[in-house]
Formats: sequence, C-alpha cells, structure tokens
Amino acid sequence: MNETREPCAPRGAADFCLSCILTCALVAAAVAGSFVYLKIEFGTLFSVGAVTDMGRFAASFFPPDLEPDFLRKTAYGALQTFAVAMVGTLLAAAAGLLLALPAAGRHGAAAERLSRFLLNLLRSVPELVWATLMVLAAGLGPFAGVLALALHTTGVLGRLFAEAIENAPPQPEQSLLETGSGGVPAFLYGTLPLVWAQAVAYGLYRLEMNIRMAAVLGFVGAGGLGQMLYFHLSIFQQAQAATVLIAMFGLVLAVDALSDRLRAWMGRN
Amino acid sequence: MNASAQALPPPDRDPDARARLGWTLVALVLLWPMLVLAEFRPWALFDAGNLRVMGSFLGGFLPPATSTEFLGYLLEATLETMAIATAGIALALLLAVPLSILSTRALAVSKIGPGPWRLGGRMVRAAGRAVLTFLRAIPEIVWALMFVRVLGLGPAAGVLALAITYGGMLGKVYTEILESTDTRPTRAILEAGGGRFVALAYGLLPNAAQELTSYTVYRWECAVRASVIMGFVGAGGLGQLMDQSMKMLNGGEAATILFVFLVLVLFADALSATLRKALA
Repeated sequence: MNETREPCAPRGAADFCLSCILTCALVAAAVAGSFVYLKIEFGTLFSVGAVTDMGRFAASFFPPDLEPDFLRKTAYGALQTFAVAMVGTLLAAAAGLLLALPAAGRHGAAAERLSRFLLNLLRSVPELVWATLMVLAAGLGPFAGVLALALHTTGVLGRLFAEAIENAPPQPEQSLLETGSGGVPAFLYGTLPLVWAQAVAYGLYRLEMNIRMAAVLGFVGAGGLGQMLYFHLSIFQQAQAATVLIAMFGLVLAVDALSDRLRAWMGRN
Repeated sequence: MNASAQALPPPDRDPDARARLGWTLVALVLLWPMLVLAEFRPWALFDAGNLRVMGSFLGGFLPPATSTEFLGYLLEATLETMAIATAGIALALLLAVPLSILSTRALAVSKIGPGPWRLGGRMVRAAGRAVLTFLRAIPEIVWALMFVRVLGLGPAAGVLALAITYGGMLGKVYTEILESTDTRPTRAILEAGGGRFVALAYGLLPNAAQELTSYTVYRWECAVRASVIMGFVGAGGLGQLMDQSMKMLNGGEAATILFVFLVLVLFADALSATLRKALA
C-alpha cells in the first residue's frame, strides 16, 4: 500500500486511468459522430468551384459603399444600436432591482421563490428569441430590440443584484430601522449605498454585452445595424453590407477599448 | 461653535439631495435623444392589431404540439444542434491550437536573451494575436448569415461560423492560460536547449492541461446555445425550426420547441459539468 515512487521516475502508460481513456474515446466518438450526422461534404465545400464561388462572394464586398448619404445612414444605424442597448440595459437595471428585492428574500419565502423563478425564466430565453416574440408584440423596429434586451438582461441583472443585496452587511439598515426610520428610506440609505458600486459595475458589463447583441438583433427585424445588414444582404447589395459590417466591427472594437479604459479607471478609484 | 451648529441642516434631510436631483435631471436630458433613437413607444404594445396577433400566438401555446411527426422533426433538429456545436468546436480547435502556440509569450525563445530573431519573434506573436482578434470580433451569427448566402441553408454554415468565432475566442484564452501558468519549467527546458514542442509538452501542458480542457468544455456548452441562435438565420438545427414556427405564428409548436430548448441547455450544462469533472 505504502509504496512510493522514485522521485522523478518517468510516468509509464500504466499510470493512465481507465476512465480518462474511456472519456477521451467517448468525446472522440461524439466528434466523429457529429461530422457523420451532419453529412457535410468537406470535399465539395473546399473544392475548386466552391472556393472560387466563396472568393467571388467575398470580393463582391469590395469596395465598400462610402457615399456620404449611405455613411450617414450607417452612422444613424450605429447610434440606434447604441441607443437600443442603452435604453434596454437601463430598463433592465430598474426592473432587475425591483425583482431583486423579493429575490433576496426580503418579502417572504413565497415571493422569493416566485421572483427567482421569474428571473430564471427571463434569463434562460436568449435575447434573439425574445426579439422574435417582441417583434410580434410591438411590431418591427428598434423598440422590439429594446424590449428583448430588457427582458433577458432583467433576468441576469436581477439575479446578480439579489446576490449583492444578500451579501451586503445588514447592520446599517437594521440600525436605521431601529431608530424609527421607515422601510424604504432605511433601504435607500442603509443598504443601497453598499451595493451601488457593484450594481453599476454589473450594469456596465451588461451594457457592453448588450451593445454587441443589439447589433445582431436586427436580423429578426429589431432595428439598428443588424436590420441594415440583413436587408442589404437579402437584396445582394454587398458593397452596402460591407460598410455596415465595418461599422459593426468598429463599434465592437470601440466598446472593447472603452470598457477596458473604464475598468482600469474604476479599479483605480 | 454655536453658529456653526445652527448652520447644520435639519437632521432628517439628505445633505446630498440637491446634487442628486441635479444629476438625475442631467441624466434624463441625456437619455431623451436615446429614447427617440430607439423609437421608445410603450403604447405600441397595446395597439389593437399587435394585441390580437400576440394574443392568438400566446393562446396557441396551450396545448403544446405533440404530434408524432412534429416530435420526429424536433428530435432530428435537436441532434443536429448538438452535432453543429460539437463539430464547430472541433474545427475551432484546429484554428485555435496552432494560433495560440504561435502567439503565446510562454514559448518564446527570443525572450531568453538578445538574439538575431528578437524582433521577428515579437512580430509573429503580434500577427497571431491580430488574427485571433479579427476572428472573434465579428459575432458568429453574422458569419452564419453570410455563409448561408454562399453555402445555402443548412448546418454547414453554422459549423463554419462557429469554427471561426470560437477559434478566435479559444485561441485568445489558450494564449492567456499558457502565459498565466507557472512558466519556469518551460523556461528551464528552453534555456537548456530543448525545442519548443518539448517545452510545450513537458513544461506547459502538465500544469495547464486541466484548465485548457475545462475551458474548452465550457465553450462547447456556449456553442450549443449559439448553434440554436444561428438557426434563426437559416443555419439549421433547433433555431431554424423555431424561426419557422414563429413566422407561421404556430404557438403550439413554438411552445414545445422553447421547452425542448430550455431542457437542452440544462442538459448541456449538466453534461459539461460531468465532463469537466471526469477530465480533471
């Protein structure tokens, strides 16, 4: 039982565990099975004809349409995408905070369970699915995108806010209550200041993800750059599509750079 | 002493009230153009036409569709979604592994000391990083939308789109994992004259393998979700089926598909947790 290996003795093949080998074999089988199931013919996919087709399609994106008129439209689309993300995230932050209070167990067990279920449901349906539903409910346009982002993000932020509220020390609010303050002021001045910084950080992080998401929600008709891209690709205007793609790329890179800067700044303060 | 005590505000007033009110007003003024741009019209929700469409659609949710023929399609689409995710990740690995080995600083021979290839090495690494950034900067659904135009509707577009975006993401994270583990064994091997491949296999991987596999499995879980989403632009699987049912306003089918989607996500979660434990 007590045998010790020579220090630095080479590990032999016998040291490999059986279950690791089995798992690896299963994973390999799953990968092979997937390719077989999908029946993708990589031969034809990468044949000379297909590759030249793809090359021609890629080449048709150049040069991008840089007419001032179209550039203005694209800029408007980018601004709209940003606005959709901003308004959606703000709505979600407000709704998330409202749902986080019962979800943190401040209003009884029944309310806690109900609000947690609601938050989970909101969160587990992806934004794009919400967007297709909201296009039915509110008609085509950016407002559907706002609602879709707000619904999904409420689920995410509500859970995070609830955790932050639960983890905040209860003494400040307790002492305010004991000195005769009302429930709402006690929360606003006792607990909220403690969770505020964390809540803002969560909100900004979601805003960053939502800007990226808002750019593609347009594919199902929810406005912004996505709707423009979908539209121009459907009518085979690749030059215009290229401009929109460049705008999307720029938006994502700008958001990345800005959020890095902001995080560094918040870390210092 | 007495005068300053009198100058204090009454104790039940928020000393910051005026500043807070001011900032709120500024924020509202800034928010106004955003609301206009986003065409914020809550009353559209209560428009009679929209209410009728939504009402009949949601009314159709019950009972969910359970005909054998539809369930057959559903099973096929679910399997297709999983297969797209798995095949996509497998192809993404083909991109991510070489690029991350190329661009990680942990395996840089030129880092050891001044040599003829110092600048060249740095440029190769920068180029590798730039390629990875480019690959992941465009969301997978945009790639899918474009591949559908060239390859036609079906899973091939989804697999390629996943391979590109996830190749970029995996490559970036692999690079970072390789740099953040203990690099001293690797340095020792490199300084003793060992090759890069030997340094990778015996210096880096023993420390980093667990984190690398666990991140890959986690990404597979995300890929399952992403492959459902990509179906909405025609890249096959569950999403394409959901898109069709929603466009035809078939509430019963949409309800069943949504339910299957939620179960699939839970299943992928559980499977990825077990796999991570088994491979740890």
